Amino acid sequence: MTDPEEKSIDSASVKMIKKAAADGVSTVFDRAEAIKPCPIGSQGICCKNCGMGPCRLPAPKKKDEEKAPRRGLCGATPETVAARNFIRMIAGGAAAHSDHARGVAETFLAMVKGEAPGYGIKDEQKLFQVALDFGVEIGDRDIMEIARDVGEIALAEFSRQDGELQFLKRAPLNRQKLWKEKGIAPRGVDREIVEIMHRTHMGVDQDYKNLLLQGTRAAIADGWGGSMIATELQDIMFGTPVPILGKVNLGVLKKDEVNLIIHGHEPLLSEMIVIAAQDAEMIDLAKAKGAKGINLAGICCTANEILMRHGIPLAGNMLQQELAIVTGAVDAMIVDIQCIMQSLPDVAQCYHTKVLTTSPKAKIPGAIHIEFSEHNAMESARAIVKTAIENYPNRPPNIEIPDEEFDLVAGFSHETINYLLGGIYRASYRPLNDNIINGRIRGIAGVVGCNNARVRHDDAHVTMVKELIKNDVIVLQTGCSAMACAKAGLLTPEAAREFAGEGLFSVCETVGIPPVLHVGSCVDNSRILMAATAVVKDGGLGDDISDLPAAGAAPEWMSEKAIAIGHYFVSSGVFTVFGVTWPTIGSEELTNCLFKEFEGITGGMWAFEPDPIKAAHLMIDHIDTKRKALGIDKARERILYDMAMRRELEAV
Amino acid sequence: MSKIIASAAIRGAHRIVGRAEEKWKEAMDRRGPHEPVGFPNTAYYLPVIYGITGMKVEKLGDMEPVLHRCKSLLPPMVREKICLPYLAPALDAGMATFFAEEIIEAIRYIEDPNFYTKQEDPTDDNIWLGAADDIILRKRGIEFVDGTAPGFAAILGAAPNPEIAKSIAQELQEKNLYVFMHAEHDGKRFSEQLIEAGVQIGWPTRLVSFGPDITSAVFAAGFAIRVSFSFGGVGPGEFRKHLVYNKDRTFAFAMPLGYVTDEWYANALGCVNFGFPTIADTPIPEVLPTGICTYEHVVSGVPHDQIVAKAVEVRGLKVTVAEVPVPVAYGAAFEGERVRGEDIYLECGGGRTPMVEWTTSKRMEEVDDGKIEVVGPEITDVQPGSQLPLAIAVEVAGREMQEDYEPILERQIHHLINYAQGAMHIGQRDIAWLRVSKGAVEKGFRLSHIGSILHAKLHQDFGRIFDKLQVRIYTTEDKVREIVEKARGVYAARDVRIEGMTDESVETYYSCTLCQSFAPGHCCMVSPERTGLCGSYNWMDCKASYEINPTGPNQPVEKGQCIDPKFGQWKGVNEFIYKATRQKIDHYNFYSIVYDPMTTCGCCECIAAILPMCNGVMTVNREYTGDTPCGMPFTTLAGTIGGGLSTPGFVGHSKYGICQRKFIIGDGGIKRMVWMPKTLKEEIAQRLKDRSEEIGIPNFPDMIADETIGTTEEEILPWLQEKKHPALEMEPILG
Repeated sequence: MTDPEEKSIDSASVKMIKKAAADGVSTVFDRAEAIKPCPIGSQGICCKNCGMGPCRLPAPKKKDEEKAPRRGLCGATPETVAARNFIRMIAGGAAAHSDHARGVAETFLAMVKGEAPGYGIKDEQKLFQVALDFGVEIGDRDIMEIARDVGEIALAEFSRQDGELQFLKRAPLNRQKLWKEKGIAPRGVDREIVEIMHRTHMGVDQDYKNLLLQGTRAAIADGWGGSMIATELQDIMFGTPVPILGKVNLGVLKKDEVNLIIHGHEPLLSEMIVIAAQDAEMIDLAKAKGAKGINLAGICCTANEILMRHGIPLAGNMLQQELAIVTGAVDAMIVDIQCIMQSLPDVAQCYHTKVLTTSPKAKIPGAIHIEFSEHNAMESARAIVKTAIENYPNRPPNIEIPDEEFDLVAGFSHETINYLLGGIYRASYRPLNDNIINGRIRGIAGVVGCNNARVRHDDAHVTMVKELIKNDVIVLQTGCSAMACAKAGLLTPEAAREFAGEGLFSVCETVGIPPVLHVGSCVDNSRILMAATAVVKDGGLGDDISDLPAAGAAPEWMSEKAIAIGHYFVSSGVFTVFGVTWPTIGSEELTNCLFKEFEGITGGMWAFEPDPIKAAHLMIDHIDTKRKALGIDKARERILYDMAMRRELEAV
Repeated sequence: MSKIIASAAIRGAHRIVGRAEEKWKEAMDRRGPHEPVGFPNTAYYLPVIYGITGMKVEKLGDMEPVLHRCKSLLPPMVREKICLPYLAPALDAGMATFFAEEIIEAIRYIEDPNFYTKQEDPTDDNIWLGAADDIILRKRGIEFVDGTAPGFAAILGAAPNPEIAKSIAQELQEKNLYVFMHAEHDGKRFSEQLIEAGVQIGWPTRLVSFGPDITSAVFAAGFAIRVSFSFGGVGPGEFRKHLVYNKDRTFAFAMPLGYVTDEWYANALGCVNFGFPTIADTPIPEVLPTGICTYEHVVSGVPHDQIVAKAVEVRGLKVTVAEVPVPVAYGAAFEGERVRGEDIYLECGGGRTPMVEWTTSKRMEEVDDGKIEVVGPEITDVQPGSQLPLAIAVEVAGREMQEDYEPILERQIHHLINYAQGAMHIGQRDIAWLRVSKGAVEKGFRLSHIGSILHAKLHQDFGRIFDKLQVRIYTTEDKVREIVEKARGVYAARDVRIEGMTDESVETYYSCTLCQSFAPGHCCMVSPERTGLCGSYNWMDCKASYEINPTGPNQPVEKGQCIDPKFGQWKGVNEFIYKATRQKIDHYNFYSIVYDPMTTCGCCECIAAILPMCNGVMTVNREYTGDTPCGMPFTTLAGTIGGGLSTPGFVGHSKYGICQRKFIIGDGGIKRMVWMPKTLKEEIAQRLKDRSEEIGIPNFPDMIADETIGTTEEEILPWLQEKKHPALEMEPILG
């Protein structure tokens, strides 16, 4: 194995990679060396959608210039094949977010009907907001009646067959108009995903541009549909996040407490575990087993969910899931759905850790399955916590918890940002817009996404984000990317002074925020869409998201969800740069369409750049182009108002 | 460093809220929850609390929920390291500070009733004025609306010495700003320094000594809130509208002089909610990024000779200061300054000597532009304390000049002279009265400067309607008497002409959107027989104003097809107001109080209201603070109908308008008038008498009840019956 120091920029992870090697445990870092990515598949030009294939369609080598591009047995071109594969990734990602959302909506309805004890409504304001968006009457109605209507409409969004998704109305008017004109306004969430599966079946849609349009429609159904429904209903049930202190990295594990790690993506179970772990009976039991208490920590987006709402510490991001077990101090790791490695039970075998699967949708051979249901959530949660406690006495001798533990501030929902910029009485996005217009803030970037073992862990995230904030670009983050930057200390107000440009620093210092704002889990990328919309609506920066000096990136992406997210950002008008690898590179024409022509369709476009510094500068260049188009690339004279100018002002 | 400021403000807010709670508990123990509390003569309760939260504080007990709100707003202290965002919590703390300060000050009014003078001027033994009442608010508010005062400076603390205080105050006055003064620094207070430096303070000179403590700063915030209430039509609890209105329209700022305490910071953060920035003379941290205020939030370490200019720039205010070639300070703020007793150097008119002011047009070749001639003794030729006869003859010429403009130019003489520091002017025409102070003469002020002022200012403001102007000033008795005779002939001819003008005789009315700087939904319409409701603009003024500034607030409106001759409604007028009110109002009637009456911005001189039992109407002028038979004092009425609303049963009008022939003529005219305050009746006595004769009821003035008869309908009705008031015999007013 190559030098472990090269595997991650995170010293805690490096220590654990070394420990794994010493303990004889194989991790993703070893497998990344053993297995190389399939060269044809990685370019998106292997079609295995029928039994005549798989057909691999690499471009002719240079010496065979005259040769026509290869085609599949059915005649499919590399364009068609790459488009099929690309939009099937969107379907996979959209399905993941939306199925998560469906589960939330079902729990929400069960809660309304009184069939999910332990759940309730924590944020009435948000319920009213969603009710307004859904056209649900509020009046003097009982809150649970309103919630029932909201829940039923939300659930019906998945199986809706015609018209448009309700939340599309939240987008800027010009964006809604554009989606309608281009015929990409999604109908029902499930319908768009199913239609992708249909169109990419052998012998159906073989026009790559037409395929991409369906991918676009499904992606919008994710961002402005499934994902947004998940976020909104979770906020109603568990509270909309507000600024909160937290800690991150493997150092949050405690030697003398029961360490229970929650890993996966849904807050439904973890919210209950948070309560169960505070139960006096459970704490007594832990003490009876010789522990000083119960220590909850999270990995992946479940971690983000309970960090944002409860300040529960983050043990680490996706590539640290095995490493957490390698510490030897994890008494149980509870997983639900998404981004969970099948290798966990294997790693756990070398220590005492119990890996518990909880979702009927996600089982792993070798793990203990304790099925979680919203109808007896607290019971399941207690059973899980108890399993962890009872495993505490089985701790192995070779425990090593790295010291690394960093402070962070999280909890930046778009509603909270609105409040933070003006207080209760003057809440608005105006100060953000003003400081973008006056150039203190150059633009806004969303840096999100996964970890990818094909590149040095966390490196691209941290390098890119540092470059952006150095250039006065404020960064919004979700998912594993936020955790990477948290570990580098970027999610603290102090980071503004140390890393941000002078303009961005002055704004951060005024408001008291970090230059990098943690807005939540990966399903919460919808919060970034809402924040962007709020900026548009506050005025002065164009009439659509595509007019904003803004850009997105996922420098270490790996999951299909990331492609779905990236594509709904592009579809919403955002320039989006991905790193590591690009899944359509085998078709120049298709790639060109996504990287260039798409700007003419949605106002947003894709780009691929593995070098994080160069990628950051692609984003900054794009931001500068937008600033120029808005006429805010030059300093403006201060306007002094006389009475005549005041008369011209619109009434408030 | 915003963090230092936020931390200090939050600490200060905790202390002030703590103080309020303590005071409240003491007062509750002593007086119980039913003890009435409030600021004097206002319809807006404790205005910041009422405007922002909608809570009416009328009794001590009402303060409890406000204190709860304060506490819920108070954030925890800011952490030293890895802190949570602090700006928003600090802004909330600033607002809690204002709520708490209103509580503290309101309790002071009951605990120590004579702590404040409760009037416009300091008294011999008390300089602290306390909260402005609604009369002051309306009177001064108009200056905010028409632009004579663009905003205010809230000064905290004191300057290093009285001379610096004086120069800062004078510079603010020259920029037409009000100066509100609060708190102390190092045992000194700005208002006391001004007095020490011989400066006249009080509302008339715009130097307002609100109170000695920091908590009186809330009077400034309360003034701002009441501006948005009364002119912006913003309702109770509409906090966002109140605050954004003030950010956009009230050009105010805080100016702490001296050490900035935690309590001052808390008030400064309260001000930021209103969009009012802080400009300090000490090197406190700065907050430069913009957003909540229009530009920077806190600018510090500004030298005293630059601080006013800096404040105006940071607030984003454009002030055009008139360059007038006189050796004394000049500006609207000096209009209210008095010259009295020992301080008088020269006095003219006022019944002591003859005095007259007359503007007349001449042919171009007869006027030598800029020529100023003093015929007779100058100030320097007489001893201090002298009296002289005085005639000011302004002669103008120009292609655009019309005879109708002469009275308009002439009417400017009063305030233009008054704007000079050390000159006091009262009245007009042949009843004018002038005093010049010793101080002004010492600085070199001469009678010839009256000419310089008129030449410079009239050219500046009215240059489009004349080309040349010269001024002759006579101080010899025979010459003055000669001018008086000539002028009287002209005055009589003018009056006849104006009286003879009717709404039917013109095709064009004039709009007035002057008030849209503060009441964006309101548009006045001025016809010959319906003078502007503020009393400041008649049809002729509007016409001249349009000539002077064709894109200004007075636009000609073709009245077009008459939709309703009885109530006075025209198609062309309706179309104009629909546009000018930004689609808020699509029609109104000129001559009715009952059916869709004309709107008011809130700066009307009088408000008429229907009295159904008496089958008539009453009217009340804004100077009258008492109760009226409609059940509301003026200030409540103004609060109800201001802000550009058409409110059936109520209409705003000018004092002059009462005796105009079209006054609510659709509902029966002046014969409906059953009640008005005694002072108002006296003020318009002559015209009321003339109008009564015209309608054939010469003793009509004696049939109008006033507060000495009663202030309820029940009280005045028997009296009206006894007097056989014509309204009682008319058809029912409510159809």
